[in-house]
Amino acid sequence: MMNLSAKHVLGVAIFLLVIFVGVPLFIAATGRWDFYFTLTSVALLAIASAGVWLTFYIGRINIGQGAFALVGAYVSAILVVKAGWSFWLSLPAAGLFAALVAALLGLPILRLRGVYFAMITLVFTQVATLTALALPITNGAKGITNIPLPSGVSLFGITLIPDFGEIENARMAFYFTACILMVITYATLYRLVNSRLGHLCRSMQQNEELASSIGVNITYIRILIFSISSFFGGIGGAMFGSISQSVYPATFVVKDSVDFMLNCFLGGLGYVFGPMLGTLVIYFGWDLLFEFGKYQLLIYSIILIVVIRFLPDGLLSIRFSKGGKK
Amino acid sequence: MEQILANGVYLGSQYAMIALGLTLIFALMNVLNFAHGQMYVIGGFVTYTLYGQWGIPFVLALLMSCITLAIIGALIEKYLFAPVIKGSSREESTMLLAAGIAFLLDALILLVFGEKQRGVPKIVDGVFNWDFRVIMPYDRILICVLAILSIVAFIALMQYTKTGRALRALAQDRTAAQLMGVNVDRYSMIGFALGALLAGLVGGLLVTITGINLGMGGPTSIKAFMMVMIGGAGVISGAIWGGFILGFLEAFGLAYLSQYGDITYLLIFVSLMIFLAIRPQGLMGKPWG
Repeated sequence: MMNLSAKHVLGVAIFLLVIFVGVPLFIAATGRWDFYFTLTSVALLAIASAGVWLTFYIGRINIGQGAFALVGAYVSAILVVKAGWSFWLSLPAAGLFAALVAALLGLPILRLRGVYFAMITLVFTQVATLTALALPITNGAKGITNIPLPSGVSLFGITLIPDFGEIENARMAFYFTACILMVITYATLYRLVNSRLGHLCRSMQQNEELASSIGVNITYIRILIFSISSFFGGIGGAMFGSISQSVYPATFVVKDSVDFMLNCFLGGLGYVFGPMLGTLVIYFGWDLLFEFGKYQLLIYSIILIVVIRFLPDGLLSIRFSKGGKK
Repeated sequence: MEQILANGVYLGSQYAMIALGLTLIFALMNVLNFAHGQMYVIGGFVTYTLYGQWGIPFVLALLMSCITLAIIGALIEKYLFAPVIKGSSREESTMLLAAGIAFLLDALILLVFGEKQRGVPKIVDGVFNWDFRVIMPYDRILICVLAILSIVAFIALMQYTKTGRALRALAQDRTAAQLMGVNVDRYSMIGFALGALLAGLVGGLLVTITGINLGMGGPTSIKAFMMVMIGGAGVISGAIWGGFILGFLEAFGLAYLSQYGDITYLLIFVSLMIFLAIRPQGLMGKPWG
C-alpha cells in the first residue's frame, strides 16, 4: 500500500487540484452554476457506485444499491425531520443503518452466487420502493418533503461547518461536501483493496471453496464487504436526499440500481477508480444527449452497446498512463 | 376459492411462458436477459398494430409477433451477444450488454409505438359463469388454453426434435456438445430466437386482455427473474413451476390481502428470501448450475 510511486502521487494531486480548485474556478469564470448540481450528483452517485464495485470484488454482482440508497435517504430524512437530529449526525446513522440492513439481508442471500445474487438484489430495489409506500413512517407516496438544509456544527465556539441555510452559495457547499465524501470513499476503497482484506477478497472472487479450504472465513468477509458497500450506498442516498430536500419512494428505483451497476461495468471492474469515471461519463453523456430530445434514450443506448461491444472490459481497459490501476 | 384457483391457473400459465423464455436463454448462454420484458412489450405492440389497427386475423397477428421477435432475438444474439461473449474476459459483461439492449428496445418502442396504453377489441365475447363460483370471461379461458398448449408444444419441441436435443445438449455442456458435432453458434442463435419468440407470444396473447404499454417491460422482467429464482435458473420444469407458483401466490394475495394495501409483493419477496436461504438453487435447479 505504501509503495506509492511518484506518478501515483502526482495523479492524485492533479485530481484533487482539479476537483477542489479547478472546477470552482471554471464555474466562476463561465457562470455555469448548474454544473455544481451536476457534479455534486456525479460525486454522490460515484460513492454509491463504489459500493457496487466493492461487492463485485468478492465476485457478486449487486443490482440492489438503489435499495440501500433509498434506505439511507429515508433514515436521514426521518432523523432530521421527525427526531430533530443534526444532518451531520444523521449521515453516519443512515450509512450504519443501511449497513445493518445489508448484514441482516446478506446473511441468507450472500450464499447465492452469480445470476441468482444479481436477480435477488434487483428485486430488493423493487421491495424497498414497495416498503416505502407501505410503511406509515415514510409517509407513503407523498414522501418526506421540506427537509431543512444541514445546520452548522461548532465546537467550543469555533464554527467547524457553517449552516447551509445561511451561507449564500449552498450549491458550492454541497459540492465540496460531496467531493470530500467521495475522496474519503475512494481512499478507503483503495486502502481496502490493497490491504490483507483486499487479498482475501480477491481469493474469494476467484474461488470461494478454495479460499474457504485454506482458512478464509468467507461468511464473515462477504457480510463485512456487503455491509461496507451498503454503507456507501446509504451515505450517498442520505446526502442526495438532503440536497434535493425531499425523499420519495421513487427517488431510487430499479433503473438507478441498474445505473449504479452500469457505472461500474463501464468504468471497468478491474480498476478502483473505474466506477468514478463510469459515473462521470454516463451522467454527463446522458445530460449532453438531452439536446436530441426524444432520440436521447436511443442514442444513449446505442453508444452504450457500442462501447460494450468493442470494450467489453470497461473504459479504463484502454489503459491511461495515469494511476488508477490496482 | 374456486375463483382464486382459476385465476391462479390463468396467471400461472402466462407467467410460466415468460419464465420459460428467460430460462432458456440463461441455460444456453449464461446470459441474464434484462431485455426480456421489453421483448414481451414489442410482441404485444406487434399484435396490437396488426390485429387492432389493420384488422388482420388474430392468429396471423400472433404469428407475426412470434416471427418478429424471433428475428430480433436472432440478430441480437448473432451481432451483439456472441461477439461480446467471445471478446470479454468476464462473462458478467453480458449483463451490461443486456441492460443496454433493454434501454435500446425501450427507446425503439417509444419512437415506433408511442407511450400510450393500447388495447385491442375482444377476440371472443361472453363470460363463463359456473353457478357464480367461477366467473371467467371466455377470452381469458381461450388465452389460458392457448398458453398451456404453447407450453406443451415447447416441451415437445425440446424433447422430441433434433433442434430440441441439440439445445438440451448445449445447455448441459457447451464443450461436450461441440465435440459431439453440434453447431454451437447456430444453435445458440436458434435458442435465443426461441426464447425471444416465447416472450413475443405472451405479449401477443396478453394484449387482448390487459393491453400493453411502454412501462410494462421492466416490471415484467423482474417478475420473470423471481419466477426463475423460485424454480431454479436454466431448468425448464423449474420455470413452469415458478410461473404457476407465482401466479397462485399473486391470485391468493389479491384475494385475501388487498384490503391491507399493496403488501402482496412484499410478502412474496420475504417468503422468497426465506425459501432461498434454505434452498439457494431453487426448486429444480442444480446447485450453482
